[in-house]
Amino acid sequence: MSMTQHAGPAVTSPPAPGPKETDGRTSERPLALRLLARPEVGVFLGAAAVYVFFLIAAPPVRDGASMANILYGSSTIGIMALPVALLMIGGEFDLSAGVAVITSALTASMLSYQLTANVWVGVIAALLVSLGIGFLNGWLVVKTGLPSFLVTLGSFLILQGVNLAVTKLVTGNVATDDISDMSGFGQAKKVFASSFDVGGVQVKITIVWWLVFAAVATWVLLRTRYGNWIFAVGGNKDSARAVGVPVAFTKISLYMLVGFGAWFVGMHQLFSFNTVQSGEGVGQELIYISAAVIGGCLLTGGAGSAIGPVFGAFMFGMVQQGIVYAGWNPDWFKSFLGVMLLGAVLINLWVQRTATRR
Amino acid sequence: MHRNHRAATLTATLLAGALCAAGCSSSSGGKKSEDDGAAASAGKATTPRMTVAMVTHASPGDTFWDLVRKGAQAAAAKDNIKLVYSSDPSAGNQANLVQNAIDQKVDGIALTAAKPDALKDVIDKAKSAGIPVVGFNSGVSDWNKLGLLEYFGQDENIAGQAFGARLNELGAKHALCVIQEQGQVALEARCAGLRKGFSGKTDTLYVNGTDMPSVKATITAKLRQDSSIDQVVTLGAPIALTAVQSLSDAGSKAKIATFDLNKELVKAVQSRTVEFAVDQQPYLQGYLAVDSLWLYKNNGNFSGGGTAPVLTGPAFITKENVDQVAKFAANGTR
Repeated sequence: MSMTQHAGPAVTSPPAPGPKETDGRTSERPLALRLLARPEVGVFLGAAAVYVFFLIAAPPVRDGASMANILYGSSTIGIMALPVALLMIGGEFDLSAGVAVITSALTASMLSYQLTANVWVGVIAALLVSLGIGFLNGWLVVKTGLPSFLVTLGSFLILQGVNLAVTKLVTGNVATDDISDMSGFGQAKKVFASSFDVGGVQVKITIVWWLVFAAVATWVLLRTRYGNWIFAVGGNKDSARAVGVPVAFTKISLYMLVGFGAWFVGMHQLFSFNTVQSGEGVGQELIYISAAVIGGCLLTGGAGSAIGPVFGAFMFGMVQQGIVYAGWNPDWFKSFLGVMLLGAVLINLWVQRTATRR
Repeated sequence: MHRNHRAATLTATLLAGALCAAGCSSSSGGKKSEDDGAAASAGKATTPRMTVAMVTHASPGDTFWDLVRKGAQAAAAKDNIKLVYSSDPSAGNQANLVQNAIDQKVDGIALTAAKPDALKDVIDKAKSAGIPVVGFNSGVSDWNKLGLLEYFGQDENIAGQAFGARLNELGAKHALCVIQEQGQVALEARCAGLRKGFSGKTDTLYVNGTDMPSVKATITAKLRQDSSIDQVVTLGAPIALTAVQSLSDAGSKAKIATFDLNKELVKAVQSRTVEFAVDQQPYLQGYLAVDSLWLYKNNGNFSGGGTAPVLTGPAFITKENVDQVAKFAANGTR
């Protein structure tokens, strides 16, 4: 009894007040419909539809190795989409997330190179820098009360400039030096950018990390006090504060979580490609936010899930690579992407409307 | 309070970790191993100081444009020129930057004409203000019409054709031309030239150049979709290096060749993972554009006689000549 109450956090479906036994409406609604009302189910069906579509339209997709590749493309979006989604549930968002990835990669690379230090020194320093950027973003949003759009637009521009200027100042070039021959590189590559064999298919480790992070995020969101805080501050900051939720702590920590994600993806890029160009990453923030929105996170906060953005990112990766697997005229690439995504979101919306309608 | 305590412990652990790790230095690579080779230097002119504006359509943080700027700076240092560099990928903004240079009453302007129509008016204004304007890198088919004094660069279409001819010699049958920025004129011209010069089949693929993991996944996807592709052609050095990984991911036997060069790509040509690169010599473009304005002001010279473009490419960098280029690339000037 208490289980069913818990499984559906009063987020999208209107909460049913009054004693549960006598409330006819809840018991009348079949399980399938109640399930459909959850935001992640809509996006799951959307993703499934896109998947089936490409299974039919693009024969190479049926192959295991192609699936591994699609999942890889999705995973680097997905790892960032998770904290971005949590932040959105908490009522804020972060435009600096795309360039922050590159900032992290640049920090790690340049620091280890310039000090001729073990690459792990750079990796840890980059983590601190990324968490610091997250902290600053969160602190500014909380302390000034400015919309996160403004604050993070500012940090987006600042980071973009810093990425270029500092790289140029330190290395004399606009890209970092190759660090692949340095101590610790092999180890770090194993953690952030290796792949392993599953039945003859090379699977990238980022896929594993993505799913692990998603599982952790889901658990935190649904089973911990911190998870409740996230929903609370995103739903109504003031009443959350009134019932004792540490609003500032929650928001700042969510921004730091985005910093953590940026660090992780940044490390993947660094150890996967050995060098980083300082101009990369611009525009990626919108892709992360799209994946979270497609995954059922409201732009207004207070609603969403951690598993939804997993499917959101998968859908993005599936469409992006699926179009190529299908061998369609590449001039239309961006348009295809837009149409497919819009279509998927509409399916998502329709499913939810149907499910919540009496 | 409990939570704060834990957070403090975590921070302390991380800091301690960082400090400990700082003790462990790398036994190979890094700054220590970097050669401190001096960049090219050709003395210094004693002519009166002049100001030259360089206005490009570069997006910041791209290794290619960094080379252009370095060449321009080297020439400026030699010629006692104050170089004012600015860039903006949007044509309208680039035109504004040129106007800005006119307002500063510079002694010469070097610009890239990737979108010639947008720059037409402002170039006319510069000329009527008595400022000589030279073009470089982009706009080879329009520089004469625009009334530019001279032009330094590579004809992208001709370079593409030469590229295709080379692939014919190497026996490629099916090429994939990877464009990292959809709708960019110079990149499209390269693929169009390739299609013309190459006797095999040419497909085009668009990738998102600001996101390397997706570049990698997309090229992998294409190679898996069409296993008859035996040649990948990339239009920028970082994309070529990423394509190397796509090949192994896709289990493809295709070869890679690319336009443009940077120091990591030189290593890849040395190790034969990339077959060859077509170098348009961006350093030379930047250098000549600035130097030519000095020559024009101090001796009335103009390269190409005002009628012919001065081509800086395509120069093929292959395993035969890559070692000569390598030491310059290590300095970050090729």
